[in-house]
Formats: sequence, structure tokens, C-alpha cells
Amino acid sequence: MKGEASALKAYGLHVAVIGLLFALSFVLPPYHHGLVARIMVLATFAMGYNLLFGYVGLLSLGHAMFFAAGLYGAGLSVYHLGWSVPLAFAGGIGCGAVLALVIGLLALRTSGVAFMIVTMMFAQVFYLTILYFARWTGGDQGLVVPQGSRVMYLGGASFDLTNPAVRYRVALALFAIVLAVVLVLVRSGFGRVLVAIRENEERTKMLGFDTFANKLAAVIVSGTICAAAGAAYALLFGYVGSSFASVQYSILPLLWVLLGGAATALGPLVGTLAMYYVTDIASSYTSAWLLIVGVMLIVGVLFFPKGVLGTIRQRWLRWLP
Amino acid sequence: MAAVTPLLTTSKLSRNFGGLRAVQDVDFSLLPGEIRAVIGPNGAGKTTFVSLICGRIPPSSGRILFDGADITSLPAHRRVRMGIAYTFQITSIFANLSAYDNVALPVQRTLADGRSRRTVHASVMEALDRTGLAGRAHTLAGSLSYGHQRLLEVAMGLALKPRLLILDEPTQGLADSEIENFIGLVRDIAKDGTVLLIEHNMPVVMELAGRITVMNAGRVLAEGSPEEVRADARVQEAYLGVAAHV
Repeated sequence: MKGEASALKAYGLHVAVIGLLFALSFVLPPYHHGLVARIMVLATFAMGYNLLFGYVGLLSLGHAMFFAAGLYGAGLSVYHLGWSVPLAFAGGIGCGAVLALVIGLLALRTSGVAFMIVTMMFAQVFYLTILYFARWTGGDQGLVVPQGSRVMYLGGASFDLTNPAVRYRVALALFAIVLAVVLVLVRSGFGRVLVAIRENEERTKMLGFDTFANKLAAVIVSGTICAAAGAAYALLFGYVGSSFASVQYSILPLLWVLLGGAATALGPLVGTLAMYYVTDIASSYTSAWLLIVGVMLIVGVLFFPKGVLGTIRQRWLRWLP
Repeated sequence: MAAVTPLLTTSKLSRNFGGLRAVQDVDFSLLPGEIRAVIGPNGAGKTTFVSLICGRIPPSSGRILFDGADITSLPAHRRVRMGIAYTFQITSIFANLSAYDNVALPVQRTLADGRSRRTVHASVMEALDRTGLAGRAHTLAGSLSYGHQRLLEVAMGLALKPRLLILDEPTQGLADSEIENFIGLVRDIAKDGTVLLIEHNMPVVMELAGRITVMNAGRVLAEGSPEEVRADARVQEAYLGVAAHV
């Protein structure tokens, strides 16, 4: 069947990408090694965002709160409660899932511009709450998770997350797992309903689908993935800061996804990678690096309105998921 | 007749939009297996009336019974699950998906268990076959001709395996040859289902409908067989503006 051949190609491509990232860990110089590890975690954040924005068509301007829920959920439980790494990671994810459920129930009563504003307001509340409880959260200074507590014990073996090689592989594992989950999800019946909601919600409802329940499920999955990225960030890089809850970190995943290609499985990685490296290279030459990033985004919108991978899919590779 | 319980009953069903009484105190009942046409001048409240039945619009007052159960306050998607399917007056399809995927959605929902690829495929192709779209399964819905998009809309309705199929002006914009096929299709659907049809094309109405309900200004003006309705002076007045009763 035509569908099965393209599914095979799609899975093959993703396995190849994971393999390439793994191979890179042996050849990258230390600076880039660290940068790519960070990018993989942030690309996971972008994948969570993409699930809601790209596939369901819901534009949230508040996803920083889900990332920060994972970040603080994991970071604070290590810092204050002395939880072990796996437990703190799970705790961070749990925080994000519960927050997503509550925010979803409230924000999904709106749509379109109102949804953007409501999610943004909730994220601001979350941000200000972090600053308000500075005694526990460190306020705008943030907290540094002590190195000693960032060692993961799993079945006799110990993994020191401050070791760059371990850090890279844990980031890659997170990225690969989430990529697989997203891929399976968007190709499933649930994924088809999400796309249908994006394309024509009224019609989807009249085919007997509970669009509210489906959108809520999408918000929860999206928020949970973002929280997983946040929790991983806290444990891998050891810093928990309020800037990750600021509005900037709600806009960034939107830009990464738009640049890489909304509703493509690998778009978030491509977008995050491109933004990070352009910023990195540009800022080594000039202090006006924001100008260069801005020009790149404008050129992107003009010539690749569907993002890099979205355009490639439209023109050449129809099977790209 | 009296022994048959109606599939659908509305009592005193009303809907106001601000001061406008779009539908007023409509008592209506539909027997299983019927092909019923709802006709009336523009603005008579036909689309609002069927939208109340399928749940797209909540009523201001009144009750709706479907198969004996009160569905007045059920959300639309629950009514669809009970077997009420609605095809839109203004073509409403998933333009960026293939015709196949458009129909796969309702099929996927009706197959609660046994979601195997093969069963989905068989049911999708059956619905496309019945509407004559099988050859265009992999065309993007948005690039189908208008007539085919109307048929795709019907195919999506069929794929829900509805007990009551509501068709809102299905032949609007169809060519004469397509209308011929369409009449055959509706007859075929009515063999094991009930059809409620809003239609402006009178030859189609007269040929298909067992009974006709005429609406005017939000109320039911007349109801009966095609012959009775055709002969009704009040209907002529509503349509032609002739003062038939002096």
C-alpha cells in the first residue's frame, strides 16, 4: 500500500536523525556539544508546543508556564526536598500535567485571539507568582541546583548529569522518546481528529466528535511534554530561573516552530537548531545580532511561509510527517 | 399509522435571535423510513429549525425527542452519536485533506471497536462508492468540483451510518445530470434510514418527498402529501404573495 511505504520512509528518516544526533556526540567540540544538548531539550519544548499550535491550530502565548512548571517542579523538589533525580523528573512532569489540565479547562472556553490573551495572562500570573514566592524560588535570581544532587541512580548504575557526555545522551533520549510519542500520536486516529479540528471545528463536531474533550487532551499532552523538557532542563543544566517563565519563553517556541515548519514532526528541531546557531554566530560578530535574527525571520516568512520543513513537504516530499 | 412511534418529535420548539423569532412553536414529527421535505420561502426558518434538531443551535424553548429520548439539552456531538447526521447548506468539508481522509474521520468514529485499517478502508470506500466518488478518493477535497464537494458532504453523512440524515439544500449548485444521480442516492439511503431534506428545487421535492412540511415566518404553515401541499392556497400565498383568500 502507498500509505505503508511512506510510513516506512517517515520512520526511517526519524531513526536516521536520531542516529545522526547520537553520532554527533562523539565528534562535536565541547562548546557545540553543550549547545546541541541544550537545543535538544528546547526542541522537545518546541515539539510540545507544536502539537497544540501546529496540529490543533491553537495558538497559545503562555507555554512558558508549562516549561517553567516542569523546571520548578523538578528543581525545587531537588533543592528543598532533596528528591532523587528520577522522582524530581516525574514530579516536574506531574506539575505540568496538572497545570495543563486546569489551564485547559479554563482557557478552552475561548478561541482565537481570546485564547492567546487568556493563555498569556495565565502565564504572567505564573511568572509573577514565582517572583512573589522569592523565598522558595529565588525570585529573579533563580536557584542553582547543587551538583551533588544531580546524580541519577538507576538499578545500581549511577549517571552524573553534570558530565557533558551523560547530559548529551540523556537529552537525546528525551528528545527521541518525545519524537516517537508525537509521531505515533499524530499518525493515530486521535491525531487525525486534531487536524480535523484545526481545519474545520464545526464540521468535526457534527461528525460526532467531542471537540472540547479532544482539545483538552491535546493541551494536557502538549503541556506535559513541555514540562518534561523543563524538568530535564533543570536537572541537566542545574539552573532554575524565572526568565524561563517570562513571556519571551512563550514566544520562542512559537518562533522555533514557525521557522522549522508547523505541523511537521522534525520542524521544531530544525527551527530551534537554526535560531540557536544563527543567534550564536551572529552575536560573535556584532552586538546587533537581534537585527540579523529578525531579518532571518522576515525572510523565512516571505519565502518559506510554511517553515523550512513545511515548504519542503509541500514542494517535494509529500510523505513527510 | 398510529402504531408506529415517530423517530423524531418536536413540541413547541422555538428559537429567538434577539427580537427575531426565527422558529416559533413548531410541533413536528417524523416517522422512521420517511423522506420528508421542508420547504418555505427564504428566511422561513428552515435551516434554524434543522439546526435545533441536530444541536448546532440551542433552542429558546420547547422540546425535542429522538427515538423516545429527550435530546433537547444534549450537545451536538452526542446527538450525532445517537444517529442524527447533518450535512451543511454551505459546503463544509476538510479542504486540505483528501476525499478519503474526509470520509475516514466519521468512519473512525463509528467504529468504536475493531479500528483496523482494513475495516476503515472498506467502510470509507463503500461511502465513496455510493456517492460515485470512489475514483477521486485521493484528490484533495478542496480541489474537487463544487458538485463533487456536495456529494462528499453527503458521503461524510452516510459514513456516520445515521438513522436520521438531514440534508440542507443538497442539490444547490448541482448540474441537472448530477441531480438525477442524487435523487437515486437519496432513495437508496431511505431504504434503511430516514431523510429530512431542505430543498428549493421543487421538481426534486415533488419526486422524492413522501410528505412535505411548509414553513413560513418561523411557523409550520402546512403539511401533507406533495399533492395536498401543491393545492394549498396558503402555500401559494406564502410563495407567490397572491392573496388567495379574499
